[in-house]
Amino acid sequence: MQATAETEAPTRAGVPARAAGSGVSIAIAGSGGSGVMTAGTLLLNAAAKAGAYGLMVRTSGPQIRGGEAAALIRLGARPMESLDDRFDLLLAVDWQNVNRFADEIPLSAASVMIGDPDEGEPPEVFKASGARLVPLPLKSMTKAISGAWTNMLTLGIAGALAGIPTEALQSALRESWKRADTALQANLAALQAGISLAAGIGGVPRVTATETSARNRWLVSGNQAAGYGAIRGGVRFVAAYPITPATELLEWMAPALAKVGGTLLQAEDELASVNMIIGASYGGVPSLTATAGPGLALMTEGIGLAVGAEVPIVVVDVMRGGPSTGIPAKSEQSDLSFAVNGLTGDAPRLVLAPTSIADCLATTQWAVHLAEELQAPAIVLSDQFMGQSRAIIDRPADLAFTGKRLTCPSGTVDYRRYRNTESGVSPMAIPGTPGVVYTADGLEHSEGGIPSSQSRDHRTQLDKRERKLVQHDYGRWWADVEGEGDAAVITFGSATAAVREALVRAAAKGVKARLIAMRLLAPERPIELAQALEGVHRVLVVEQNQGGQFYRYLRSMYDLPRALSSFHRPGPLPLRPGEITETILAWSKR
Amino acid sequence: MPRTLTELMAQALVMENEAAQRYADLADAMETHNNRGVAELFRKMAVIERKHAAQIMAEMGWKEAPPLPKVAWEDFEAPETAPADAVHYLMTPYHALEIALANEKRAERFFTRLVRMANVESVRKAARELMAEEREHVALVTAWLKKVPRPNKNWSEDPDPPSYTD
Amino acid sequence: MNDTAAGAALTAQSYKSSYKPIWCPGCGDYSVLSSITKALAMIAVPPEQVVVVSGIGCSSRMPAYTSCYGFHGVHGRALAAATGLKVARPDLTVLVTGGDGDGYSIGGNHFLHACRRNVDLTYIVMDNHVYGMTKGQPSPTTEPDWDSKLSPGGTGVRSFHPLVIALASGANFVARAFAGDPNGTADIIAQGIRHRGFSFIEVLSPCVTFRPDQREWKKQVHPAPVAATDDPARAARRIMTDDGFNIGVLYAGNRNPYPTHRGGTQVAPSDLEAEFEL
Repeated sequence: MQATAETEAPTRAGVPARAAGSGVSIAIAGSGGSGVMTAGTLLLNAAAKAGAYGLMVRTSGPQIRGGEAAALIRLGARPMESLDDRFDLLLAVDWQNVNRFADEIPLSAASVMIGDPDEGEPPEVFKASGARLVPLPLKSMTKAISGAWTNMLTLGIAGALAGIPTEALQSALRESWKRADTALQANLAALQAGISLAAGIGGVPRVTATETSARNRWLVSGNQAAGYGAIRGGVRFVAAYPITPATELLEWMAPALAKVGGTLLQAEDELASVNMIIGASYGGVPSLTATAGPGLALMTEGIGLAVGAEVPIVVVDVMRGGPSTGIPAKSEQSDLSFAVNGLTGDAPRLVLAPTSIADCLATTQWAVHLAEELQAPAIVLSDQFMGQSRAIIDRPADLAFTGKRLTCPSGTVDYRRYRNTESGVSPMAIPGTPGVVYTADGLEHSEGGIPSSQSRDHRTQLDKRERKLVQHDYGRWWADVEGEGDAAVITFGSATAAVREALVRAAAKGVKARLIAMRLLAPERPIELAQALEGVHRVLVVEQNQGGQFYRYLRSMYDLPRALSSFHRPGPLPLRPGEITETILAWSKR
Repeated sequence: MPRTLTELMAQALVMENEAAQRYADLADAMETHNNRGVAELFRKMAVIERKHAAQIMAEMGWKEAPPLPKVAWEDFEAPETAPADAVHYLMTPYHALEIALANEKRAERFFTRLVRMANVESVRKAARELMAEEREHVALVTAWLKKVPRPNKNWSEDPDPPSYTD
Repeated sequence: MNDTAAGAALTAQSYKSSYKPIWCPGCGDYSVLSSITKALAMIAVPPEQVVVVSGIGCSSRMPAYTSCYGFHGVHGRALAAATGLKVARPDLTVLVTGGDGDGYSIGGNHFLHACRRNVDLTYIVMDNHVYGMTKGQPSPTTEPDWDSKLSPGGTGVRSFHPLVIALASGANFVARAFAGDPNGTADIIAQGIRHRGFSFIEVLSPCVTFRPDQREWKKQVHPAPVAATDDPARAARRIMTDDGFNIGVLYAGNRNPYPTHRGGTQVAPSDLEAEFEL
């Protein structure tokens, strides 16, 4: 893969220099039909064609249509999966209610703001940042080109300022065009007008790509990646109930599953969907559903049934602001405690967490594999940030694992479904196989599957269900362990990208620490973590929730160095590398 | 069919008040959806309708509105009330005026029919006056429409998909 | 609760809060909000005596737009919360509002049992045959062949007929209304509130964003050809052969509502010890 180079924008006096490798961060905002999401999507597409990496996060007001919206984009020469500490450019088609996004679009005196003077002044909160305002009559310039849209003008301006080649911008626009050709010409003209305008502006870092081929790269959202990972893992049955922010995962899977011979069934609610996938899986078909916090809460009894009856299922929880109905369209990592603890009885289950948008594919695929192999439910903790954001990623490697359930041939003599084997995994007969019929049961049972209240049976089965998970060799996938030093930062999920970037910045200031991004959260891996922490005297745990859930979980399950700190704050704002860098630097001084 | 002058004017008052309330509600909806131009226009119309209502009260010497009759309108709502589903979040001031024009024309037709069908002289006379006023309103809105740019062909196209909120 | 002129100063505006709804312009729910406020004004119950209970969805945003007490609960469970509220506080006027997804899908079970139980509630469902808030999935009342991303080509599953279910389960008042007729809807809601027991009002409320075809509803609705009956069998025949666009009160029965009076001899808690004493 060819490296792409960057040039930095000249720094302004009094503004801290940008960290190397920051790329460029652009926000495009507007309301009511201004098409900023489309502009952002095309910018990301164009950047991909030009060989750059990038990330786009969407944010909007509470209206379903016509509301204020902003596309938050970061482009650069290396994979980008976290937003930066501030935006280099805020391009506003209009200012209506854009102040709603003030916390999400931090600016500084080094930033550039482009606004349409006919739409009024930028809100005070943006002006207060000291950003340089470049007024451009965007709407009237667009009107001068009959049939053109303002968002195409803004695409030209933003793309050119970021250094995206004209051919890439044009190509992205052409490929996306579904309407009349005359309108396409008008919008290409608007695009060109925007590109020309950019020449007179400057002050925004550029991404200069030398690689012009986008081969071996994907443009994908976390939800899509997870859906595809499920199919790669062998899932062929999905029960679906819509819930923000998981609906898109299910909607992606509906036609995809049909194409590979699977089925998606829309359920009446989450109680139904979890029980439906248990039924399908009992029948031999690897099954999955996706939901968010409130849905996961409804599914707990079902997940418990999957534990007790030893039926493999995968439940993807695309975490959002909690508790209860919470903040549906924003991200948070606050379902961790619930996922690892939230079942009644002693109920061991698998909990995994993808560390990035790209990793949503591998981790979901792995989850299916593990669930099938260990005949247990797996909860995959994705989140709204990864699920609904799109990133340019390197094409994920083809992974070897696919779900492999230990089934039972028809000739087996004295078949006992819940036989206490050494590994804890007992062959699971598939209905239709003669001679090995059994009844699956959430009631405690004997090895033969007959309900039992006997102490011996309960202890045997509890031990079996625990042992099969704890003794399994999960290999190197349990976590990404990187770097060196006598300090370590432990994190999970979407926080990983911001932590990784923070560690690079801290290293540039002479502070070294290891990164442990945990992918397998349950069952615990004491030996592996001890190995990863060999020589480590200080640990910092980083997560996005109010209660320090991961920190408490690690303390309860693992032996950790006494010098243990926690950086945690809740959503809705994403973790940014700068705040974590500051924490790491301050922590290193203690 | 109003049988007395009081009944007729009470109906007319209902028409103006409901029209005003509907314009105010539509203005709120437009403002929430960042369509300021149309929101302002609807607010103006709400003010105008309230003025008409105030005029009726003044003419009749009413300090408070009399018990308002339950009228069986021909359509679902009073003739001057803008239909709640006639709006679109991307509509332009031209569309808003088209709606207003349709409202005033319906109101004019309503009173025209009353003039024809009334069998009480005072009612007929008042209906004739109200008809003439609505005709004026039609002329005013028609003139206003001429001053406002026509929407372009793609006015309702939104390049962005709907948003998730909940 | 009686309809005296005690609250004569109350108008429909008295029941509206200052929060502006976020529904798409043109949404039928605006009219239903207006109808609810008009109905409450007709009944003249003070706003603080009314509680509006809802679940999750566009229609479930209703409570905060009124100046009554409100409870915005979880998806599909509004009827359960409302039941608990009304049984514990029979003096309050309890309205339940929500959509077809919230009410007939995840809320289906509670719907059945609320009709059976016949607690004195008024349940107003704004039916637009779609899950609007999550961007357009089929709901139980969606036509089987309606194409969507989640169920491409249509669900292929017969649509739910809520009025039949309500009647069969024991609802004491079953009506259909149309958002495009806010005055008529207000009347029906007022009747429903006055009618003792579980009053179910299904309001056809078009979704301009995901079901623009529902603009045609205003041409298809028509007043129910016969007056409401109190004979469940007759109502059943009518509703089973209903075209889905009959507007009006279809059934107004005489079942006793779920008893909420607290009768019987009252004792002090300590008197309960007598059972344990030797």
